[in-house]
Amino acid sequence: MRSDWLLVIGLEVHCELKTTTKLFCGCPNMFGDEPNTNVCPNCLGLPGSLPVLNQRAVELAMAIGTALHCDIRASTFHRKNYFYPDQAKDYQISQYDEPLNVDGYLDLPDGFRVGIERAHMEEDTGKTTHAGASGRIHGADYSLVDYNRSGVPLVEIVSEPDMRTPDQARAYVTELRAILVASGASDGKMEEGSMRVDANVSVRRSVDDPFGTRCEIKNLNSVRSLGRAIEYEAERQIALIESGERVVQQTRHWDESAGRTQALRSKEDAYDYRYFLEPDLVPLVPDAEWIRAVADTLGMMPAERRSRLVSLLDDAGGATEAQLLQVATVVDLGLDDLVVEAVAAGVGTGLALARTANEAATDAEAARHLDPKSYVALLTLEMQGSLSATQAKAVLAELFARGGGDPATIARDKGFEAMSEDSLAETVADAIAAHPDEWSRFCGGDDKLAGFFTGLVMKATRGQANGKAVAAELRRLRG
Amino acid sequence: MPEPAHLTREDVAHVAALARLHLTEEELDLFTGQLAQVLDHAADVASLDLAGVVPTAHAMAVTNVLRPDEPIVCLDRDEVLAQAPSVEDHRFRVPRILGEAP
Amino acid sequence: MTAPRPALETAAMVRAGELSAVDVLEHHLAVIEAGEEAVHAFNLVTADQARAQARAVDATVAAGGDPGPLAGVPVALKDNLCTRGIPTTCSSRILEGWEPPYDATVVTRLAAAGAVAIGKTNMDEFAMGSSTETSAFGTTRNPHDTDRVPGGSSGGSAAAVAAGFAPLALGSDTGGSIRQPAALCGVVGMKPTYGTVSRYGLVAFASSLDQIGPFAGSVADAALLFDAIGGHDPLDSTSLNRPTPRVLTVLDDGVDGMTVGILTELLDGAAPDVAARVHQAAEALAAAGARVEEVSVPEVTLGLSAYYLIAPGEASSNLARYDGVRYGLRVDAEDTVAMNTATRSQGFGAEVKRRIMLGTYVLSAGYMDAYYNQALRVRTRIIEGFDTAYSRCDVLLGPTTPTTAFAIGAKVDDPLTMYLSDVCTIPSNLAGHPAISVPYGPGEDGLPVGVQLLGPALSEGTLFQVAAVVEGAAPPLAAPRVTTGGPA
Repeated sequence: MRSDWLLVIGLEVHCELKTTTKLFCGCPNMFGDEPNTNVCPNCLGLPGSLPVLNQRAVELAMAIGTALHCDIRASTFHRKNYFYPDQAKDYQISQYDEPLNVDGYLDLPDGFRVGIERAHMEEDTGKTTHAGASGRIHGADYSLVDYNRSGVPLVEIVSEPDMRTPDQARAYVTELRAILVASGASDGKMEEGSMRVDANVSVRRSVDDPFGTRCEIKNLNSVRSLGRAIEYEAERQIALIESGERVVQQTRHWDESAGRTQALRSKEDAYDYRYFLEPDLVPLVPDAEWIRAVADTLGMMPAERRSRLVSLLDDAGGATEAQLLQVATVVDLGLDDLVVEAVAAGVGTGLALARTANEAATDAEAARHLDPKSYVALLTLEMQGSLSATQAKAVLAELFARGGGDPATIARDKGFEAMSEDSLAETVADAIAAHPDEWSRFCGGDDKLAGFFTGLVMKATRGQANGKAVAAELRRLRG
Repeated sequence: MPEPAHLTREDVAHVAALARLHLTEEELDLFTGQLAQVLDHAADVASLDLAGVVPTAHAMAVTNVLRPDEPIVCLDRDEVLAQAPSVEDHRFRVPRILGEAP
Repeated sequence: MTAPRPALETAAMVRAGELSAVDVLEHHLAVIEAGEEAVHAFNLVTADQARAQARAVDATVAAGGDPGPLAGVPVALKDNLCTRGIPTTCSSRILEGWEPPYDATVVTRLAAAGAVAIGKTNMDEFAMGSSTETSAFGTTRNPHDTDRVPGGSSGGSAAAVAAGFAPLALGSDTGGSIRQPAALCGVVGMKPTYGTVSRYGLVAFASSLDQIGPFAGSVADAALLFDAIGGHDPLDSTSLNRPTPRVLTVLDDGVDGMTVGILTELLDGAAPDVAARVHQAAEALAAAGARVEEVSVPEVTLGLSAYYLIAPGEASSNLARYDGVRYGLRVDAEDTVAMNTATRSQGFGAEVKRRIMLGTYVLSAGYMDAYYNQALRVRTRIIEGFDTAYSRCDVLLGPTTPTTAFAIGAKVDDPLTMYLSDVCTIPSNLAGHPAISVPYGPGEDGLPVGVQLLGPALSEGTLFQVAAVVEGAAPPLAAPRVTTGGPA
C-alpha cells in the first residue's frame, strides 16, 4: 500500500462450537450428513417449538472468553428479525447488548496486542444451495435449503479496529484459530466453514485523522485470501478518495478468482432487525464459581506453549531465528508436548525441536496420537548414535504407520544395527582410497569435501552410518 | 418522554414491507386509520415519565436454564418434507433468492 | 334435561370400572352431532383417534390398571396446541392442513392422565381476537345465544364445555383468552401463573404472556384438569422448576380469615348488571368469613395500552416463520420475497395483519424505546402495584368482562373497541399472575356473567379455594339452549 495512507482493520470471526448437539435443541451438530436429517421442531422453526440452551455450548463460549482475557458477565439473548429462507424462524437468536464475553485482548506472537470488543453466542443458519448454471445465488433459477446447520452454536469474536497491516490481520486469525483449537472450543477449519472471517477495512491519511468510512468484506475462505482482500480493498478505497469520490459504507464480497471485492446486491438497502429480548429464553448469569471451573479445564494457550519452548532453548544457550520458526510450527501443530517430554528425558533441546518441526510435522495428525514414550525413545537412540538421522526417520515413519511401537525393535527389524567403529573406519578408508584427489584437497583445507565423503559412506552403507561418526573419523584421519 | 409522531400511511407501507405483507390501497387507508387509533390510545403509556424504571421482559425472574449436551432422536425426514410446499433432492425448494443474507 | 356429569365423577367411575370410557365418548360425540352445527365449536372432531384412546383406557381398567386421574374424560383442545399427525391450524389459512410431527407437552400429559382428546376447537386466528370472529373457518356461536359471540380467543373451547360437547377443554390465555370466553359462555376458566404450564407445543402468539389453562363446568373440574397439566417441563425454558401447587385438595378449605380486595379499577368500566354481580359475590365471600375491602391499583389502567404494544411486538416476530418455505400455505411467485409476501398476504386475515404491522412498527428503529420498552416499564409498574395490593389482600375480585356476550358482528370492524373487551383480564397476563373466572348468575339480558379472582404468582391454591366459595354462592344460570345431553 502507498506509504502516505494508513490502514485500519477490525475482524469479526464466527466459529462453530465443538458440541455434540445444537445450541437450542438436541439435534446432532454434525458436518456433512444427509440433508435435513439432523432436524427437530426447534431448528426447523415449527410452530410451538421452544429453545433450550445447551450447557456445553455456554461453557465453550466461556472458555473462549477466558482464553481471550474477557470479562465474563451476565448476559441475555435477543431476536434479530429478518426474513431469509435459511433462517428457520425468520429471526436469529443472538446476544445483542448484553454479550457473555466483553473487553478482552489477544496478543500476536510478535507482542502486538489486539483488543477484543466482545465474543457472543448465536445460532447458525441452514445451508442454501443454488440451482442453475453458476451455482451461485445470482443467476440461479431456484434454491434448495438444508436445515442441518440451523441452530449450530456459534461464537462471534469481534476485535477492536486495532490492526494496521494485512500481516497483522493474518497473524490475528492464525493466532485466534490456534487459541480456539487449544481451548477445545472449535476445530477452526476455515475451509469447512467452521471458522468464518469478515474484515472491516477503512483508510485514512494520518493517525490523527478519525477512522474513514469502512467496508465489510465477506467470503474470506483462507488466511491468504484475507490478506489479499484487505490489500485490494485498501487500494480501492484510496483510489476512490484520490479521485474525489467517497467510500460508501457497504458489505462487499471477496471474489477469490477475480482477486477483487464486489458490493453485495442486497434487495433491501437498510435492514431493520427490530432486536428485542428473546422471551423464550431466560438470562444467562454465570457465577464466579462456574467461571473458575471452566477456566480450570482450559489447557495451555499457544502463547504460553511457545514461551515454554523458548525458555527450554534459552536454558540450552539461546534460540536462533530458525529455531523460533520451529517453535511456531511445533506449537501450531500441537506437537510441543513431544519436545518438552524429550528434553525432560535428556534429549538435546535443539535435536528434539528440529526433529519435531521437520520430521514429526510431516504427519502431525499421527504424531499427536503417538505415545510420547516411543517418540522420546527414538530421539534418545538417535542422540546416542545408535541410529543415524536417516534411520531415525525411517523408524518414525514406521511408528506412524503402526500407530506406535518400540523404536529399538523396529530398528532391529529393519536391520538398522549401529555400525561398529571398525567397519565404519574400513568404509571410510575405502572411500578415501577411491578418491585420492578429493582427499588431498580435503586435507588441504577444503572442508566442503567432508560432505562429499560422508555421502559416499552413506551410499556404501545404505544410510546406516551415523553422520557424526563419519565426520569424526574423517577429522581423525586428516590429523 | 416525547410523544411519538403520528402514524402515517407511509409508515404503514414501510412496516408492511418489513413484515412481508402486501396491502391494497384500500387496506392501506383502513389500516393506517385503525393502527393510528390504537397508537393514540397508547399515548397514555408513551407519554409517561418512567425514567429509571427497569423494564420487565420476563414476569418470573428465572436464570440459567440449561440442558445437557445430549442428542435427541431427530424427526423423520420424510415426515418433515411431507409438510413442505416444495421439495427437491431432500431439500426445501424456494424460488430465486434476490439478495445475499444480511 | 339433567346436568352433565362432572369430570371428577366420570373419571372416578371409569377408574372403578363402573363406566366405560367408550360409552362416555360416544355420548359426547352424539351431543356434538346434535349441537355442533348451531355452535361450530370445533375445527376438527377427532372421533377415530378418540375412540382408540377410549378403548385403551377401558383396556387398562379391564387389565386391573389405573389409566390416571382423567380416565376416560373427553377433553377438547384449542387448535393452537400441537397434536402429532392431526391438523393444527390456529384457525388460519396459512396453517391449513399442517400436521405437526410432535405433540404439545400438555397433550402428552393429558394422554398420560387417561384423558381422551375429542377434537380441536375453533379460535380467533392465532389467538388474536376476543370473539372467535377472526377465525378463518367461521365464527363460533355462544351456546347461550347463538346470535352472540362466545368470546375469544378460546371461544371454541369455552363453547364446547358450555354446550356439553366435552366436560373439559384447554385454551390459551395471552390477554384474557381463557377467562373472557369462559365468562361469556358461563363456564369456569383459569389462567395459571406464567411458567406453571409448559408452553412447549403451544403455537406462540406473545411468548412472554401466553399460558395454557383449563375450561370446565365447575371449579372442581377445572382444578382436576389444572393438576393434570401443570408442572415443570425441561422443554420450556420459562417453565418454573419448583413444586406446582396442587389445587384439587384445597377446594373445601373456605375463606375464613382471608382478605378479599375489590379491585375498583376493574369495576370502573363495567356495565351496572355486571358490577352488581361482583358486589354480590363480595357479599357472599364476606358471609363466608372473608374480610372484604375496596382496593385500588391505579397502574392496571395502563394495562390495555401496554398489552397492545407488547403482545403485537412479540407476535410480529413469532409469526414471521409463516413464510411458505417449510410447511403450511405457499402462494407461488417469481422470487422468494414475492413468494413470502404473497403467501402471508393471502394466508393471514385482517386482524393478524393489523397486529403484525402494529408489532413491527413498535419494534422498528426509532419507535422501540417510546413504545415497546416503555410498555415493558409499565409492566414493572403494574407488578409493583399488584405487590402493594397483595401485601394487604390474599386475592382481588372484579369482573372478568365489562359486559355480557355481545352480538356477532358488533365490534368486528372496530379493533379498538374489540380490544377494550380484554381490559379486565390483561393485567394478570402482564404481571404473570394467575386468575380465574367463575360464572356468577345471569346479567340483565339473561346471559352469563363471570367474576374474576386474581392472585399473586403461584397462588393457585388460594384462588381455587376462594373460587369454590364463590361458585357455591352463585345464582343459578339457565342451561344453554343448544344443550341436549345429560350424563352418559
